[in-house]
Amino acid sequence: MACIEARGLRKAFGTTVALDSIDFRVEEGRILGIIGPNGAGKTTALNAVLGLIPYQGELRVLGRDPWKERDLLMRDVCFIADVAVLPRWIRVSQALDFVAGVHPRFDRAKAEDFLSKTSIALDRKVKHLSKGMVAQLHLALVMAIDARLLVLDEPTLGLDILFRKQFYDSLLNDYFDGSRTILVTTHQVEELQHILTDLIFIDRGRIVLSCSMEEIEARYLEVTVNPDQVASARALKPIYERQVFGRTILTFDRVERGRLLQLGEVHTPSIADLFVAVVGSRAGMAQGAAR
Amino acid sequence: MNSQSNPTSEFWAQSRGFRSAVVAAARPVYWSIRRELWENRSIYIAPLAAAGLFLCGSLISTVRLRLHMEDPWKSPHGLMDQFELAPALIMGIALIVGVFYCLDALYGERRDRSILFWKSLPVSDVAAVLSKLAVPVVILPLLSFLITVATEFIMLGLTSVVFAGSGANIGELWTASTFLRLPLMWLYHLLTVHGLWYAPLYAWLLMVSAWAPRAPFLWAFLPPFVIWGVEKIAFNTSYFLSMLQYRLTGPGGGMVAKDHSHDFAAILIPHHFLSTPGLWSGFLVATVFLFITVRLRRSRGPI
Repeated sequence: MACIEARGLRKAFGTTVALDSIDFRVEEGRILGIIGPNGAGKTTALNAVLGLIPYQGELRVLGRDPWKERDLLMRDVCFIADVAVLPRWIRVSQALDFVAGVHPRFDRAKAEDFLSKTSIALDRKVKHLSKGMVAQLHLALVMAIDARLLVLDEPTLGLDILFRKQFYDSLLNDYFDGSRTILVTTHQVEELQHILTDLIFIDRGRIVLSCSMEEIEARYLEVTVNPDQVASARALKPIYERQVFGRTILTFDRVERGRLLQLGEVHTPSIADLFVAVVGSRAGMAQGAAR
Repeated sequence: MNSQSNPTSEFWAQSRGFRSAVVAAARPVYWSIRRELWENRSIYIAPLAAAGLFLCGSLISTVRLRLHMEDPWKSPHGLMDQFELAPALIMGIALIVGVFYCLDALYGERRDRSILFWKSLPVSDVAAVLSKLAVPVVILPLLSFLITVATEFIMLGLTSVVFAGSGANIGELWTASTFLRLPLMWLYHLLTVHGLWYAPLYAWLLMVSAWAPRAPFLWAFLPPFVIWGVEKIAFNTSYFLSMLQYRLTGPGGGMVAKDHSHDFAAILIPHHFLSTPGLWSGFLVATVFLFITVRLRRSRGPI
């Protein structure tokens, strides 16, 4: 069964179209990264999945309609919106009490075990915790819930690099077991690269690219072209070109590795470079069309 | 034998299933109410503080009475007044706390973005709104009742100690005091008037709190003024104002606490109150407000 299935998902705020009839499908057990510039519609898509906003089109999450059945859906879905949503007045122990009280699948011992590895005391109030500790607390709450889908919207925003690393490490080591599905958006793409199984690029409310990481490795190659071969490399129709330290780097889509090896150094592009290549080339095309 | 025992066990299984379903539905509400008490400690601190201050004041006044050797029952500012003032003060404070609580209940969680956390848990919007309504309608009346009774009890004790050996009839103090005559009346008054009769007012405040983009206090209190003004200018009538007055002052018979000359039994029988049309039209209005509040809670995000 698909964990999330969206068909013609559309959301407009007034005259601004945030999601322009997008289709996507996420199978269970995948870790999907949704990457896009600010205002691309990432958070809108996640909010629709979580039942926080009404939408047009068809959307099923774990077989449910999120807008109509948010409370039932939340037994199987967890989300961390961003670091600042835990109420500031709550004590750590009260947060544990409350989640244990209302969530049938919360394992309090697991949360306390996780917290004991941090410097968070149970009698502290959230407002007296540092930003990183609040994120740890929220992660402790979420990881102790036996959910089928975890949604993370910029979960590490504003955290320092150590916390970010810890965050994703705990997520992978202590939480992900191959049957759960994780949906994550972030601007710090590089830190996610090695944990994702699937990728969606989204730009101005539309999906620009949607494929698995294996497909990406099979399809996209980046070549640091030897100076004397730039012209012949361009003849192979790269999707994007950039200059680094005076050398030309070209990104190719579905061009044989063997042919590229003759032109220079070949490697798999990072997600960030690929994003710029795919979204940037589209933007270029749009500008070209406008001219 | 088997055919007899089966329906019985089925019945038990069913009733157990029913009970666990009720428990499952009540748990989120129970924990949501506890959460409200964690967040809004003024719900119990304010009435307690009022009671404490009142006790201080009453102790001073009692000692003064004792020093002037006045007969506590004849003095114009005698003890009876104090015993009647205490419940009025505590209930009044509870009312004010209830109003401010309601205005912040659904606005505060949007302002500090914690609504995203609450919505990430399997608590329905209906359960969230009902538990917030329960605070002014059930929790505050019961709390102020308990605090009032405790205050009166302590006051009686203090007065007895102060007047011990003064020759005043302490026994009369205990038998004549409102403490022994009126608690049931207070409870009745609190639950009917502060709970049921004011329910549409609290529902209005909750609705404004769920909707207001900012300044819920203004949005809650300005519209009634505007409606009153427009009605006055356009039709030269004041139906809205008298309706509001009727709602605020209560259904006459409901405000029995002040009127203790009546026969209790007759007043305590709630059929007068329950047959007041204003109560039921109030419920209807409250239901509409709450329905809108739940819809708003569902669609509103952080501000």
